[in-house]
This record gives sequence, structure tokens and C-alpha cells, in this order.
Amino acid sequence: MKILYSIILASVLYIPVQAQSWVTRNGKITFNSKTSLENIKAVNSQVFAAIDASKKTIAFTLLQKNFLFEKQLMQDHFNENYIESDKYPKAQFAGTINGNIGTTPGIYKVQIDGKLTMHGVTQPVSMPAELELKDGKLTGKSAFSIKPSDYNIKIPSLVKDKIAAEIPVQVSAEFLPAK
Amino acid sequence: MQRTAIYILFFLLLQRGTAMAQENSLLQSLDDSLSMQQQHEVVTNTFKATQIVNLPTVESPAKQSLQFLIMHRFGKLNNGAYELFGLDNASIRFGLDYGITDRLAVGVGRSSVDKTFDGSLKYKLLRQTTGLSPVSVSLYGLITNYTQRYSDKPYLDAKYRTAYTTQVLIARKFTRNLSLEIVPTWMHFNLVPTAADKSDVFAVSAGGRMKFTKRMSLTAEYNYLLPDQIVSTSMKNSLSLGIDIETGGHVFQLIFTNSNGMIGPYYLTKTDGTWGKGDIFFGFNVSRIFNFKK
Repeated sequence: MKILYSIILASVLYIPVQAQSWVTRNGKITFNSKTSLENIKAVNSQVFAAIDASKKTIAFTLLQKNFLFEKQLMQDHFNENYIESDKYPKAQFAGTINGNIGTTPGIYKVQIDGKLTMHGVTQPVSMPAELELKDGKLTGKSAFSIKPSDYNIKIPSLVKDKIAAEIPVQVSAEFLPAK
Repeated sequence: MQRTAIYILFFLLLQRGTAMAQENSLLQSLDDSLSMQQQHEVVTNTFKATQIVNLPTVESPAKQSLQFLIMHRFGKLNNGAYELFGLDNASIRFGLDYGITDRLAVGVGRSSVDKTFDGSLKYKLLRQTTGLSPVSVSLYGLITNYTQRYSDKPYLDAKYRTAYTTQVLIARKFTRNLSLEIVPTWMHFNLVPTAADKSDVFAVSAGGRMKFTKRMSLTAEYNYLLPDQIVSTSMKNSLSLGIDIETGGHVFQLIFTNSNGMIGPYYLTKTDGTWGKGDIFFGFNVSRIFNFKK
């Protein structure tokens, strides 16, 4: 009897922990390097991301090769010369969500702090984010910027004027509850 | 009662353990599903340029991009100081190549050697893909027509001046730095100098590149014409060495070769220089890409 009680009690306690996981496989990350000489814009629409609302953790991972550029040559140079996607195929982010994520529909403004790993370098990254719970979906939006130099991405002096020293990054993702 | 408490504690610990594993596995599970995507990856940038030196590579301009290519060869190094080691003389080819799709490109060109016009098609038949295809294969077709006037040969009409070159370009990127290519060639000449010369000519070429920095590589190619096909002239097989330097939208290729011609019928069958005797042409290829994609 006691075992039964404890099992029931434990399962009741267990439910809230598992219920609030959110995932997506088609999150979108864009970046746009703007200089007076050239705009270099790229989109990756195959970003894998997950949020554990109860633990308030968040993770992103993507393949660098899935960044699509307007010009093929930019994409070739991104993969071959800068990001070296054969050596470092992925970019990853893992962080924690600071702020309240409610269980009722609404918009929740939060702060995300974590670590971004790409090109073999890990750097702390913080970004404000907006999470919207609506119709059983969790939509997240955020923006931050990165410096290629922080990630050991060397830009030759010849093209220095064509690549921004600080590149704004935009993130958007529509999460569905994890099964 | 005590036992109940222990049980509850046990389950809570179990649950806590699961939750922690979940947190750590958040990134892990994402990575696992991402790795599934990675299984069949197309290998890109086998070569920087659309030619090793003269030999076409499997690469072609991307969709809606136009490549302007200048190929330039000075005279022979062994011409000596009087000719400034060949720099007094030069032959040149201008080429335009356009990507209709990412796989199909068309090109036109004009060489000063024999005042030759050429038209070409390159199609990427197969792309090297992890787990699916070990090599990239492109098909290359080239039609050439020379317009040099020969007053002593009035019978030379357009048909007689035309030759066809068909090449199967087979390449593999072995490592991020090393790519090799092997190319069987079939050429057809509408007119050959003597009856003893074959009008259908076969050759095998091999070449490759070795990157030594991110933007520079050493290249080499050797073109071997199968024997007893061209007998009326003393032709040599073409050997070329080069350095590729990539800067933004340009690829510079600095080269040394024993061939004066820069297109199929010329470097494959009309090379007369010998490396050992110093019949070496210094030259360069420069390409510039223009984009029309919006």
C-alpha cells in the first residue's frame, strides 16, 4: 500500500517536469554583414532548437552548410575560407532563460544567457528574447550580434572593408510541444 | 511511514536525475537528429577555378553568374634576353562562361592562336556526396573553329576548320586540401593534315591541386595523347604547373607550361615545346565572377 501511495505521489510530482518541452527543426537564423561596399546576407532555415520550460534551458544547433547566400561565391567563401565548415560543421548554443515563461497564452520577455560555439571557439552570449505562447505553439524571437574576430575568423586585409567587424544575427523559431 | 518517506525520496531523486539528464541531453538530442541530416553531404569546392591550367575542372559558374576569363601565355623562356625571355610575345584567350543552372554552364571564347573561336557546354552530371558518390563527374563539350587566313589553302571552309572535343571530367576531393582529376578525351577533327593522321583522337589527362594556405594552391596537369594518332607533326604531351591565388571574386593562376594553346585541340595535339629544352611558356589565367541573381 505504502509503495502504491508513493508511486502515485511521485507520478503526480513528476508530470509538470516533463510537460513543457518545446522543439523545432526549422528555426531560422539570418545574419547580415553591412558595409558601404557590400551587404552579405545569409539565411539558415534548418535550425534545430529546443526549450525546456520547466528547467528554463534552451539549445540551438545548426549546420553551417545550410546557410544560403544570394551569391554562390559568398557561400563558397563562407564555408571554405571563413567558417571552415568541413572542420567545424556545426554552430551550437546552449543557455538558460532568465524570466518568466507562463503557461497561459501571452508574450513573455526574457533574457537568454548562454554559450555559443562555432569555428571551434566558445564565447558567452546574452540576448533579450520574446517568447509568445499562442495556439499551442511557442514562438521565439531574438537578436544579437557577433564579432568574427571573437571566433578566430580571420579576415584578410584585402577584403576587410567588405565584411563588417560586428555582424547582427536574428533568430526566429516556432516551437511545437515535444512528444 | 519512514519507508514511505524513503520511497518518495527515491522517486524524487529518480525524477531529478531524469530532469538533469534532460537538460544535458537537450543539445545532445538536437545534435543526434542533426547528424542524421549530415549523412549525405555534397562535397563542394573541389577546385577553385573552372580549369586546372588548360584542362577543364568539374567546376562551373553558379546559376546566373557570369565568369570572365582571361588566359594569357607569353613566349618561350628559352627565347633569351633579346625577347625578354618570352615576354615580348604573347597569346591570349578571352572567355565568357555563364551558369544557366547550378549544374549547366555555357561558354564562348576566342583565342589569338589561329584566331580561334570556341563554344562550350559543361554539365555537372554527378556531385561527390558522402555515402553516395565518391567522385564528381562533369561532361564537357567544346566546338572550335579557327579563322586564321591561309591564302595558299582556299579549300579551307568553315567545316574543315571545325573540331569537336568531348571530355569526361572525373574528380575527387580527397581532403580539404587535395583534389585530383582524371579526364578521358575524345576529339574529332573534320580535317587532318595528312591521310596518316587520325581524325578521331583520344587522350587521357590527369591533374590536381594541393592547397597550401586557405587561398593558395599548387596545381599540376599532364595530358597524354595516345600514341600513333598524330604522325605528321612532332607533337609533345602537355605538362603544366601553376599556383592558384584566390582573392574575393578573382582567381589568379600563375602558370608554367609547354603548351602555347589554351583549348582542347591546341594544348592536346599542337604542343611542340619540351620542358627539358626550356620551351616553357610563362602565363596566367585570371577570372572574375559577375552575379545577375537577385
